[in-house]
Amino acid sequence: MQVILFHLMPYADLDLQKSSAYDTVWMKLPNALFDPVKGHQLYNRFLDELEYGETLGWDGVAVNEHHQTAYGIMPSPIVTASALARRTTRAKIAILGSALPLREHPLTIAEEHAMIDVITGGRLISGFVRGIGAEYHTFGVNPTFSHDRFHEAHDLIVRAWTDPGPFSFQGKHYNVSYVNLWPRPFQRPHPPIWIPSQGSKETIDWASHPDRRYTYLQTFSPAKAVEKYLNLYRETARGAGYEPGDHQLGWAVPVYVGASDEAARREAKPHFEIFRNRFLKMPFEMLLPPGYTSRESLRGIAAAKGSLSGDITLEKAVELGMFLCGSASTVCEMLESYWRDMRFGNLLTMCQFGTLPEDMTRANMERFARDVLPAIKALGTEKAEALATA
Amino acid sequence: MSFVESFVQIDGCKTRLLRGGQGAPLLYLHGANGVTGIQPFMLKLAERFDVWIPEHPGFGQSDEPDWLENIHDLAYYYLNFMRHHQLSGAHVLGSSIGGWLALEIAVRDTSRIKTLSLIGPSGIRTPGVVPGDVFLWSPEQRIRNTFHDQTLADRMLASPPSPEQQEILLKNRFTFARLAWEPRLHDPKLHKWISRIDVPTQIIWGEQDKILPVGAAQAFREAMPQASIAVVPDCGHLPQSERPDQFCDVLFKFLSGK
Repeated sequence: MQVILFHLMPYADLDLQKSSAYDTVWMKLPNALFDPVKGHQLYNRFLDELEYGETLGWDGVAVNEHHQTAYGIMPSPIVTASALARRTTRAKIAILGSALPLREHPLTIAEEHAMIDVITGGRLISGFVRGIGAEYHTFGVNPTFSHDRFHEAHDLIVRAWTDPGPFSFQGKHYNVSYVNLWPRPFQRPHPPIWIPSQGSKETIDWASHPDRRYTYLQTFSPAKAVEKYLNLYRETARGAGYEPGDHQLGWAVPVYVGASDEAARREAKPHFEIFRNRFLKMPFEMLLPPGYTSRESLRGIAAAKGSLSGDITLEKAVELGMFLCGSASTVCEMLESYWRDMRFGNLLTMCQFGTLPEDMTRANMERFARDVLPAIKALGTEKAEALATA
Repeated sequence: MSFVESFVQIDGCKTRLLRGGQGAPLLYLHGANGVTGIQPFMLKLAERFDVWIPEHPGFGQSDEPDWLENIHDLAYYYLNFMRHHQLSGAHVLGSSIGGWLALEIAVRDTSRIKTLSLIGPSGIRTPGVVPGDVFLWSPEQRIRNTFHDQTLADRMLASPPSPEQQEILLKNRFTFARLAWEPRLHDPKLHKWISRIDVPTQIIWGEQDKILPVGAAQAFREAMPQASIAVVPDCGHLPQSERPDQFCDVLFKFLSGK
């Protein structure tokens, strides 16, 4: 099992009282509520946490991209990945992911990722996403072209990484007379491409295709949904004529390890609930603009709309397997049990969430690294197989 | 007086058409809500004109052709539509984004057009006037913000859409987003050549329009100095639906003698 430390870098010092006048922290929450002095402290604290993750034994660290929101202050994961490139030496650096359709020129993504890959000597994992619905409202990119732009941008980026330049590229959305990337990426044929998703058959069909075999990551979903979509990936791959490896599957989940189950729940509760019910929440129209998801999917989602916008307690989230919270042995058992059901080869643990402060984040990471990580890393190896059958 | 429904096949796209009445042809270009049924103003129009009410490609029961990427595609489609049906001396009446469409048709070719009437049209940049963010509003907010008279909104909200109607709503919304997402509800270049429109033009606006505020008429006044502008009081975005009698008075006064 490859275990990666994932960070959203929320604006953890948000004035919760002032921001409560707005129905969401996305898009229109006035940026007067961002204090650059606090931001300076937060960015450096969060980067320290990720570097500490390498020290503690995580196989990799991950950053992601969100715009104009207190949910995450990383509109450019390139910046944070670059900051980590020179301060880490062993860990993989995963960008999960660059939002392809939001850029005017996908070649800039190809270039930036290639640079990081070369600077790190091949430690980059390139994640590609479409961007969240709110970002289409924010940037004015037409959501009805989201899938088209994503696929065409992906094709251009992969060709830029692998086809000898110069060559020309004529697409519906992007046209480039001379594609000739300097630098070429370090890894051959290119950095691994990972696809985070909240669950989508179209995404799974595309990612699992024999020509691509991209690692599919189910993010922030109830355990049942994770199982469903990871199995769907396996079935789809088999239908296409190959048996996928566990390394092609991943789960991203927030984790909090406490001294005891009771302590863990008590300590994590306010911070997790702020993350889930305050930072993550946005109105339906903001999350799902027309064309972002297929009308077929939209029909199903609209039916479940009530539960989408409802608040979730920590207890409910734990019950659903959306949050792993408890003592080290509890969290270990939960992970091993989920792993037996789902057999994912990549686990992305998010150890900071919402307003969780620095000392609690580090304590969480240290307990996880000492008491959970070694056992989890061993899952899927021959040793674990032997132990399981003994 | 009844409208006859038919389906026409042009440019590889099947389009639903409602047609009724007698007289000079009047082409009605609907807005983002599509064609929900025969409304009183349509019947009044049909008393004096041969009224053509197509459902735009991408809306209602019309096809969703691959070529439909922006408003310009629709404009060329309608030039072909008018040629196909040999329409001439047509009075074109466009509502909301249908008004923008009418402008895009007319700026290219007015040879089949007698007059241009626009109801709360989008289409050109309107400095200092921000349209309502129709894509952020909930369905209930959209309905409430469409009408000034809230009893009309209440009535609409009291009968939620059937599954079939919901399908059409999602389809219309998709196409509307395809046409109007960004630049939001206008073509920044349209004003450059709008002076090419050489037919009598009238613009009718609901005074309490929350979707395209009436202040936007100023931009049209500047872009089309020959156009006459009429404001309907106590009225929201759809004067033809909300105040059909006043709307028809204003329209017929303009159209008579033309």
